[in-house]
Amino acid sequence: MNWAKAHRNDILLALILLLTAGFLSLFLFLTRRVGGYVTVSLSGQTVMEVPLSEDTIVEIGDDGHTNTLTIQNGAAQITQASCPDHLCIHQGAIQYAGQSIVCLPNQVVVTVRHGSDGGFDAVAN
Amino acid sequence: MKSAKIARYGLLISLALVLSYLESLLPPLWIPGVKLGLPNLAIVFALYWLGWQDAWVISLARVVLVALLFGNGVALAYSVAGAALSLSLMGLLKKMGKFSPVGVSVAGGVAHNTGQILVAMAMLETSRLAWYLPVLWVSGTVAGVLIGIVSGQLVKRVPDQK
Repeated sequence: MNWAKAHRNDILLALILLLTAGFLSLFLFLTRRVGGYVTVSLSGQTVMEVPLSEDTIVEIGDDGHTNTLTIQNGAAQITQASCPDHLCIHQGAIQYAGQSIVCLPNQVVVTVRHGSDGGFDAVAN
Repeated sequence: MKSAKIARYGLLISLALVLSYLESLLPPLWIPGVKLGLPNLAIVFALYWLGWQDAWVISLARVVLVALLFGNGVALAYSVAGAALSLSLMGLLKKMGKFSPVGVSVAGGVAHNTGQILVAMAMLETSRLAWYLPVLWVSGTVAGVLIGIVSGQLVKRVPDQK
């Protein structure tokens, strides 16, 4: 195998991947909108909707598998979790429509939605 | 199966396991899925040293053992998807003969992350995880380059098995 040529292909492959990632994130960044509410899903089922407009603290889950969702200043954040890795807490606060916090061990997904809480937007989704 | 082959399987499976354990000791980054992919070192090396089918055996053995030792059933589904997509693509790229181990490992790293995200999207029934894809592609590319350089050196230096 011609190694110099192989390395040129390697660099090309890496560049294409980085560019694709760049364009995808640019697209997601340009189309972002501040969300109105979050939906909480447990094992794929939407269990509640919480508006981002007022500060609250909500408990998600049961049987020792719990996550605490805190809404503050129009952003949502997991502040306490029973899962071993606490990755959901490390993901920090989210506020743009489409952003989500995922806790894989507890199968919890918190997703920011566009529009006012509940209503037609939630049904359409 | 020849005993020499059994010994090589054992060697590489335990190497992959130790690397998985080492990686689990590193502090978690704030974005889930962003990791170095240390076990891929053993898998990329196995791909070149032994071959595609043997790399499959080692990769699947590692994934199942890691799930039994440190993880759970849910984690197993993610890992199998990542490992399968990663190895399929790495095998294909290696066969094309146009890439060095660095390119092969970059594709493997990115495919591993993509496979995990796809399973997560299916299991959690949300397409919103697409947000993670660009981040994981960048981190997978960087990790893949590092892993590829090291395993490329290993392939060069370790004598052929025959």
